[in-house]
Parts: sequence; structure tokens; C-alpha cells
Amino acid sequence: MHPGESVQDRTESRLDRIRGSAPPRRHDARTIAALTRNPGCARRGVLDAAGVDKDLLARQVGFPAAFGQSRFAIVRGNVFEARVKADGCVDLLRMFHECLGSEPGGTEPGGTAAGEPLLVTGDAEPDETLAARHERTVAALRTASGTDRPVLITHPLLRLAVGGQDVHLEPDLVLVRPGGLFHVVEIKSFPVIDGQAEGEKVAAAAIQAAVYVLALRRLLGRPDAVSHDVVLVCPRDFSNAPMATRIDVRRQLLVLDHQLARLSAVDALVAALPPDLTFDLAPGPDGRPTRPAAELAAGLSRLDARYTPDCLSMCELAFRCRHEAAGRTAALGPSVREELGGVETVAEVLELAAGTRAPTADQAEAADRLRTTARMYAAGLAAGPATEHAAGDRGPTP
Amino acid sequence: MTAISSYARALAAASGTAVPTATVRHVHLAARPLILVPLAMAGEANAPLAAMVGTERERPELLVVPQPRNRDLRFAFAARLAEIFLPYVLGFAADIEELTNGPRTVDAPQLIVPNQAGVAFVRLFGRSTRFRTTTGDYAVEPSVPLLGRWLTFFAERAEVPGSSLMPAATEMLSLHWATGQSALEDANLAALMGWIDPPAGADGPAAARLAEDPRHCPPAGPTTDPGFDNEVLAPAIAAYDAVTDPSQLPDAVKRLEEALHSQLQPTWDLVWRALDRLRVLPGGASVPGRWEVDRSRYTGFHTYMIEEGLPQARRDGAVAAARRLNRMERAQASYDAERAFDDPLVMADHRVTGEAFLGSVVAVDRDRRVPNGRGKGRLVTRPLVTLRTEDPVRLALGMKVVATRRRRQECVVTALEPCDAGILVTLEAQNGMGRSAAPAPGSVPEVGESLCYSSVLADGVRSATMPEAEDTPWTHGGPPQPYEPSEQDTAEAWE
Amino acid sequence: MSAASVTSSASAAEEAERVIQAVLGDLRRGHSRGVIVDSPPGAGKSTLVVRAAAVIAGSGEPLMIVAQTNEQVDDLVERLAARLADEVPHARVGRLGRAGYAPSARIANLPNIVTASDIAGLGDPEVTISTAAKWAYVREGTWPWAIVDEAYQMRSDTLLAIASRFERALFVGDPGQLDPFSTVANDRWHGLVWNPTQSAVAVLQRANPDLPVHRLPVSWRLPHTAQSVVADAFYPFVGFRTGTGPGERALTIPGHARGPADEVLDLAAATGWGLLELPARHTVRTDAEAVSAVADVARRLVERGASARSGTDERAVTPDRVAVGAAHRDQVVAIRAALGDLADGSGPGQVVVDTANRLQGREYDVTVVLHPLSGRRDATAFHLEAGRLCVLASRHRQACVVVARAGIRDLLDTHPTSDPVHLGEPVKFPDGWAANQAVLAHLASRSVQAGGAAYAAR
Repeated sequence: MHPGESVQDRTESRLDRIRGSAPPRRHDARTIAALTRNPGCARRGVLDAAGVDKDLLARQVGFPAAFGQSRFAIVRGNVFEARVKADGCVDLLRMFHECLGSEPGGTEPGGTAAGEPLLVTGDAEPDETLAARHERTVAALRTASGTDRPVLITHPLLRLAVGGQDVHLEPDLVLVRPGGLFHVVEIKSFPVIDGQAEGEKVAAAAIQAAVYVLALRRLLGRPDAVSHDVVLVCPRDFSNAPMATRIDVRRQLLVLDHQLARLSAVDALVAALPPDLTFDLAPGPDGRPTRPAAELAAGLSRLDARYTPDCLSMCELAFRCRHEAAGRTAALGPSVREELGGVETVAEVLELAAGTRAPTADQAEAADRLRTTARMYAAGLAAGPATEHAAGDRGPTP
Repeated sequence: MTAISSYARALAAASGTAVPTATVRHVHLAARPLILVPLAMAGEANAPLAAMVGTERERPELLVVPQPRNRDLRFAFAARLAEIFLPYVLGFAADIEELTNGPRTVDAPQLIVPNQAGVAFVRLFGRSTRFRTTTGDYAVEPSVPLLGRWLTFFAERAEVPGSSLMPAATEMLSLHWATGQSALEDANLAALMGWIDPPAGADGPAAARLAEDPRHCPPAGPTTDPGFDNEVLAPAIAAYDAVTDPSQLPDAVKRLEEALHSQLQPTWDLVWRALDRLRVLPGGASVPGRWEVDRSRYTGFHTYMIEEGLPQARRDGAVAAARRLNRMERAQASYDAERAFDDPLVMADHRVTGEAFLGSVVAVDRDRRVPNGRGKGRLVTRPLVTLRTEDPVRLALGMKVVATRRRRQECVVTALEPCDAGILVTLEAQNGMGRSAAPAPGSVPEVGESLCYSSVLADGVRSATMPEAEDTPWTHGGPPQPYEPSEQDTAEAWE
Repeated sequence: MSAASVTSSASAAEEAERVIQAVLGDLRRGHSRGVIVDSPPGAGKSTLVVRAAAVIAGSGEPLMIVAQTNEQVDDLVERLAARLADEVPHARVGRLGRAGYAPSARIANLPNIVTASDIAGLGDPEVTISTAAKWAYVREGTWPWAIVDEAYQMRSDTLLAIASRFERALFVGDPGQLDPFSTVANDRWHGLVWNPTQSAVAVLQRANPDLPVHRLPVSWRLPHTAQSVVADAFYPFVGFRTGTGPGERALTIPGHARGPADEVLDLAAATGWGLLELPARHTVRTDAEAVSAVADVARRLVERGASARSGTDERAVTPDRVAVGAAHRDQVVAIRAALGDLADGSGPGQVVVDTANRLQGREYDVTVVLHPLSGRRDATAFHLEAGRLCVLASRHRQACVVVARAGIRDLLDTHPTSDPVHLGEPVKFPDGWAANQAVLAHLASRSVQAGGAAYAAR
């Protein structure tokens, strides 16, 4: 370390080298939310901190992610958001009133009792810098908390420090109730049918909204001013008509707070990496990254991945990590691995079960149980009716 | 996951091919099931896009919604599906056997979908059609609400453990084979079949990887491949929308049909291949009993549709919810117990956990009589049977167990003691010995007999009598508003 | 006992009495059909039930009492019989049992008890008491009053089955304990006020948001050393205080420390808590080293002949005043085996070894806990459930020793959050993940490291 260089500076420059010449992919609400999905994965932690384009990296190493989005879904999302915001959000205010209830003291979040709602546009204006837009948002937020009318701010530009970097965030809407209580509003196009929506989708929306709540709280410096109740606006039943539902995100806030505080763990991870490690995806004349796939793959192997089958639905690199995990019990899922006594590889499992491998001290109990399981499995199979299937088919004969 | 199924996954991963986790078939397979492979439009709320449906492998019907955002076309699709579905479903109602507690059809319809998402599609499509009215502004064909009610019936049965009225192919396969991949990946029908029945020259992993590539193998739906949506479907729908001259409509529709056919046919074939694999297995002993329950439910719902026929409520009321939970818990308990009694490979799981054991009888006190516990000096016959086992028994004194080959005799564990080669388990037989003082011949196990006793029994779940819905007590919100179909049910905003 | 602590426990008693009077007042006034009383561990829940029952029995109105297990019923019968004999001598308690029921020895000979397996056989006693499961089969009759004990352990559908039997009711329970569970999972009930898989109190409050809720403020069981830990981690919004102040409880363990088990016992005797930390390792559930460490702690405690003082009352800590708790049944079996004749069920006066579920509602001087997350690679909802840890960490009057593999902090830090969120379903607090963090943070400063060799596999 050079004199005067702090740990953060050093980490920062190391991360720059890891990313190389490509512009960093900054965190957004989705990637911050992802910090809570597999916080034990060092590979993802380092690559996200460095702002590496994981999707491109995955393609470059021959394991492209399968996260395409259908045009139909994009269209529906846009149509729905436009519809929600149509007519000056008057419908919305009525729905907020229904789902949040009245203010103490009789004023209402969207009702007429508190005066006409005020609509503030936070969306980008032509040639506006991010900084200027953020300043405009801050001013709007501060003004809003002082009025006696409900205020709706569309697409405010928030800022949150994540691992030493400033990240810009853009919630769909922020509602400021008379009296100055802020609610984050998320607009999603998945349906709520008879009051129910898909739990995974709601969970994703809730953690994303919690990121905005956190950002707003830090920005305003007054945690109490921002409610932990966020509003989710979705199409009702099979229609395009919006409905609002309140979601309590206190648990999500707990976890996010904790994981953001833990981001410094990246310092230690980075410090342990070879100094010349890079995933520079700088393009050549044909627009494709010049760095050979083999070199990138070798680099990836320096970063420990914590692969679980869940990764397949949330991480761009999952197919690559699954490939590496072949032959390991982790690839079969956490509960299978546990039932197999936590033994690392499939080969070890079967050798321990067959008694052809001497267990280490750590494995003694697992081996004992695996031998019992193997014996029971063989006996069970043999005791079944003699069919092609039960005779083992093309399976092994344990 | 259980110990056996996890071990089987390890075996499969090492060998590159699926291995059995059952020696008998635990689901009923109808002689003539109706297969339904649905597709829905991405982003929309369960908007049907297409379906392949039918009872004949070589002659599937292809239904297509040329513009899924068009409400009328959606319900036209529902009406066409009803034309196929209702005659099939109602066709089983005529052939009836009279039982002491009422009539029951001798067979029942069986609807098979590719995967769990297909089950969810049926549930939601039932929800979106069952409340429709056949008059007024948004009138639909009379068959549409009927279809909705029947689909809802099937979807509700699919939630009941052990019911075979609407199984998903993936679930049936996973019940009988373990692959060398995770349960999450098993939800992909093509990948699962790749492990169980790989194409010539490929092993399980290779077949599964290939199956995951949408260019090679379209997803089993209802969600379509985004690449297909963007490159093929969107232009075809746009072309359909752009038609101004009615004479060009058939061509536009044909283009869509061809596109969607290419996405459906592979899954259709997979479902039939899955059935081929399952049919090879001999049926479990208790499968006909569970199918009888399905037949009874089908008969009951058919009668209800004739006599009342109101659509099922949007959500369960307090009483309905409690009753359903109790029914499902009972069904789960008996399904778990029955599968183990039917199948030594399922029983193996309980042997690993020590809830069941295999032992050989080493001593029998056949004529033991004890006071009946109610005074008056009466004696009852309670033979003691001692077995030696090497299994890791984890039973407690006083637990009830039943042997696989002596299902009618309950025994209670009265002693457990270690011996040089395992454990000695002493059981007291409670019943199943006939009426006379001495046990009937053959009714008590004999020395040397090898028996498997299990404590996983169906009778652990008792269920209470619930009040009638109109008597719902204040603790649960009081009596609900009685359901009356209203304008609101049908006047949903669509645009 | 110091003057200050006399004042403290006297005022605690007053504080608790005020709440009890408020509860009885609510019952007498009868403005609402239900009254809910939340009780932290050992806050005198049974005492409240018995007092309220005596008041109602004294008023002449028939009362039904619902408990969750036969053991809980017999506990209440015993205490109620004694209280009624003093206060309402003519009153009879009818104990309803299952078919073929024979009363247990401890209640068989009480003079003011009648027992039967059906309502008619009891002959209209002032108080009728049984389990919820048995009450569900009583089809006739209505009682003006009911007391539902351990209402947080009872499932919503069970309450539905019996709620037609009573007009008004007092619901008493501990919100921090384990939720009831179902053997089937189904999303269809999420968001419904009457979701049948939730607890009886949850449905009651969602359907009747205006019911009065009282909170017993004082735990008479837990020592002062447990106050901040248990209250902060498991009762974050309401808290409670302990009835005894600093130094009023004391655990004395004679003899010299010969190993880590002794050291952690000494630490627990001094501070009320001890963590015996084994080297980090991923293990099977029945981790032999952890099991033998747990057994060793319990055995050394018994061997060294501990004594427990509360105020001026000093008693020997006999084996039956020691409990060992674990998350899984197979762990319980393994620990029992490791304790040999101290817990082999051969007779009374042995160490109690059981799962969290079965330790609910019980009380001991010292508990030894195998941490639910010890040795695990990943935490499931089962292992993280706040109620499980709460039960295990709140059974003791003197001290609690936790045995765990190192590495749980890391496990919690890297725990993926992927639980689905269901619309309309109230968020359950405390959060298990956060509660686990809080308890570990507290234990960190009270830990003894056991070297690798100390509990090496058999």
C-alpha cells in the first residue's frame, strides 16, 4: 500500500482493474436487492462491486444467461404504468386513501379534505445532469413535507451510498401525505387476483421498494418521516385496472441495512486476489470483447462461487457456476446436500455409502448414515415387484 | 428431500441417468386421459395464447388465440376448449354403480397437464371464466362458465394429496424417479424426461442441457420463450392485427397456428412419452382406493352442477377454509402411509429415519391374556411378538405400528432393548385376531417370519366438526354474506 | 435481599397486579366478547387463568376452560382444585377426557373434581375443562364463559371448531412461542383474515381488531440476567421486566473447573448465560461432538451438585430441575443416549431432554441448549424460527448454557433472503433472523472455546 492510501482507495483501484476499461455497471435497486439473495457468494460480490457486466461476461465464457424479456411483457408494463399515471394520478390518490387509511386528525392521504393533490414531475428533463435532477428531487421532497396537500412525485432521483459509491435510484412514485409522511409507491404489472399475487414477485417488489425507503430515509435524515409501509400498485384480477396494496417492508429493511453494512467484506475478498486479475471486456474492432474466454474463465475460478440451484433464476453467471458445480452435492440443492450428510462430492457420497472409502473424522457420522441409506435403498428396490423398472432399469445396481 | 431420494439423486448424478425412487406406480392412470398443453401470453394475466388438447396421441387439437389481448377472442378460445373438454368430462357421468352411501361413477375423467405451471393456468383460467354470464354486455357462450366451474373443480382436486384427477406430468415423474439435478431443474419437463428417457446417444446431463435450450426445445409452458415471442410471435400477431382484407385473415391465422404448433408439439409428445414410462410400472395396491375417492368427488360435483351449479367462491370462507385444511391434512397422512405400505422403496425412507423397521420374529407369546382395564376381571387376548432388527429403530414405547403384510392388525411397542446384533422390539398385538379367546390361526406372527412394521399411519390426524358457514362464530368474523352472483363478477374492466 | 430489590420486586408485583385487575375488570364489564392477555415466559399466565376461573366460578356462571395438551389440562385442574377449595368450596371442576379416559394419579383423588369422557357424565360442574381437541367433539351446549389457555399454540381452525360453545372468552398465551404448524402447504389461504393455518389469537385479532389486549409485564421465572436478551430479541415492541433484580438469583456450582464444560458452567453461574463454542465445522444434525458437549455440560452440572438461590430460598439443583433442549427429535434421542442413566427414562428425577415444541410452557433452574443452527451450512425457516430459539432461551430460572459450533454469525450474514411475500398477510415479528443475531451478539461476550480435541468423536 502506498503511504496515505486508504483501504477503500486501494479496493477501489483494484476493482477498477478487475473491471478494466469498460464503464462500470452501477448498482441499481435490482442489484442492491440482489445483495440479499445470495450474500455468501464472493464471486458475485466482487463482480458487482467492480461493476462488471456479468451478462456479457457469461456470454463471453460460453454460458449465456437465459434472462430474455418478452416484448409482450415490456409492452404490458409500459401500458400499465401509463394508465396508472393517467389523469394526474387522481385515481391513484383515491386508492392510496383506501389502502393507507385516514391520517390521524382527519386529513387524508388523497382525499379532498386535505386539498387538491399536487403532482410533481421528477422525470429527467432535456439536457439535465443527474446531479441537477437529484438536486431538483431533493428540493421537491423538502417542499412536499411542508404542504398540507398530498404530493405525488413521479420518478424522483434518489442517491444511496453503496460500498463507497453513490448509486442513483429512481422509484416510480413517492407519495407525501399531509403532515409529511413519505410512502414509496411501486408500480408492477403482475396481476393481483382476488387479493393474491405471486409470492416471489411480491417479494422482489418489496425488497426493491425497501431500497428506496432506505435511500429516502438517509436522504431526508429523518427515518421516521419515511413509512415502512410501501404501496404496491398492480392490475386487478384479469383487467388493466390498477389497485393498490400496502406492504410492510420492515423485515426487508432489516436485511438490507445489514447487508449494506457488510459490503466492506469486499475489501478482504479483493485483497486476497492476485493483483493482475481482470475481467476487462474491452471490445475489439468487431465490437466483441477481445479477452479470450479461457482467460476469463481462469479468472472466474479465482473467485469462489456459492452456487445453489436458486441462482439459476437470479444470477447471470448461474449456468457457468452450475457447470463448475457438476459432481458436487451443492448442485443438487441444499436439502439434498444436507440429507447426504453435507459430504461435498457425489463421488465421495457413493464411495462412503458403498464402504469403499474410509471416512475422515468429519465424515464418520455421515458415512454411517449413508451406508444405512444405501442398504435400505438396495433392499427396497429388490423387494419391489420384478419389473423392468424395479430391476434397476438402466440405473446402477448399488 | 428424504434420505432415499437424496441418495438416489447422487446415484443418478454419478451414472448420468435417472434412478427409481418407487417400485410401483402411485398415481392412477386413466385408460383415456385428456391431455392439455396450454400456452399463455407473456406479461398478461393468464391470457390464453394457444393450447394443444385431446385424448388421442396422434390427433391433438390445436387452439389458437390470434390476438390474446382481445377479450372476445379469449372467450372464443374458452368456448372452443369447452367443446372438447365438456363432452369428455361429462361422458363419464352416465355409467354409475349404486353404493350404500349413494351413486358413484365407475370411472372418471383425468386431465393431464405438463407441469405445475399448467395446473396454475387451469386454476386461473377457471377463475377467469366461471363467473362469466351468458347475457348482457359481455355475454359469453353458455359453455364458458360451465367450463370455468369444471376447470376450477379439477384445480381444487389437484391440491389434494393423492388425487389423480389432474396430475402434472413432471410431478408424476418426480414421484417415481430421481434425476442427477436439483428439484428446481426437474420442473422442466423436457430436462426431466432427458434424465429418465434420454434420446439415443445422449446421457441425462447432456439431454437435460439440450432440453433447456429454447432453440432446441420450446419450454413446456404456459410461459413461452422470450426469443420466440420477439422473433416469431410478435411479427405474426402484428401481421394478424394488420389484416384489413378479411380474405387474408386465414393466412394470418395459419401463420400463427404454425408458429404455435412448433412450440406445442414437442411438449405434447413429451407428456405422452411420460405416460408410456409410467404405464410400465405396476399400480400400487392403494391406488384404486384413492381413485375411488376421485370418482366419488367427480360424481358429487357432477350432481352439484345439475342441482345448483353456482360458481365456486373467489376465496374460501372461514368454515370452508378450515374444512379444506382438515381434509387435506387427512389426505396427506393417508397418502403418506399408503405409499409406504404399497412400496418397499418408499418404506425404505421410513426405515432410514427409524420410523419403520424390518425384523424377524424371534419370540411369540401367542396366548397371552391381560385384564381389559375396565374392571370386572375380564381378560382380553394381547399376544406379544418380539422381533430382532438391525435397523436404526427410533420408536418410543406406546407407539402404534402396523406391518406391511398384516395391515389389519395394530400393535403397540412395549419394549425396546439392545441385543448383540441390533435391537429387540416387542410389540403387543391389539386386534385382528378374531373373536374367540384364542387368536385365529395365522392371525399372530410366527417365529422366523420376517416383517416390516411402520409407525407412519393414517390415523394420526383427527378432524373436528366445523360449524355451518352461516353459523361462523364471531372469533372468525361472523357469518359471511351469502354468495350471490352479482354484476360485479362480470363487469370487470378489461381495457 | 437488599432494600432496593425489595422495593423493585414489590413494585413489580404491584405492576403485575394492576394488569390482572384490569383483565378481571374487562371480564366483569363484558364490553367486548373477548379479552386477550399476552404473557412473556413465566409471567404468571397459569396464575391468571386460575384466578380468573375462580372469579367466574364464584359468580355462578358456568365456565369452560380450553388447554392444548392433556398435561396442561391436568396442571390447571390441580391448581384450580386447590384454589376453588379455598375460595368457592361448593364449586366442582369437571375434567373431560377422551374415550376410555382414566384420570392421572395426581388428580384422581382430589375431592372437588369429577371426570368423564362425555359432557353428560360430568353433571353440570361450575368449571368444565379439557383439551381443544376434545372440546372440538362437544357438539351441544353453550357456556357463557371460556378461558383459552396457550391460545398462541392453538390453530385457527381448532378455535373455529369450538368457538360456538362459548359466548365470551379470555385468551391467554405467549406470543413469542412456536407457531402451530400444518402438514400441508397451500397458498390459497394467504391474506385471508381467517387463514386456518395461523394461530387462534392471530385470527381473533384480525377479525376483531378492537378486542382489548393486556400484557403481563413481569416474568417471575426468568432471572434478571435474561431480561434484556429475551425481551429485546423476542418481544421487541413490548418488552417485559423480570420480577427479581440483579443479584437476587444465584447459582452456585461448587468444585473446580476441569474443562470447558466446567468453565462455561462457571461463566453461566456468574452471568446467567454461557456459550460453549466448538470449532467451526459443518456437521450432520446429530453432531457427535456437540451432542457429547451438551451431555457433558449437563452431567457436570449434576455431578458438581449445584444449588440455586432465589431471594432467601435456596435449593439443590436436582437432575429434574435441569433441562436439555434441541431443535430435532433425532438430536434429542442422541443426547439422551449420551446422558445414559441420567436421562434414560428409567425413573423420576432425571434430566429432561426434549425438543423446543415439547419444552413450551415448562420451567427449570438451568437449561442446556443445542443451538438450532449449530454446524449447519444453511438455515431453513424451521431453524431460524424466532419462537424456537425463544422457547429454548427462556425456560430457565437461573442460567442457560448454549452449545454451538462457531460460525453461526457467518451463516446468518450469508443467509439468502428469498421468502415469498403474501399480500394481506401480517408480517410476523420478531424476525427469526434478527432475533438470532441479537441473541448471538449477547452470547459472544460469554463464550468458552472448546478445543478441537475436547469432544472429539467417540
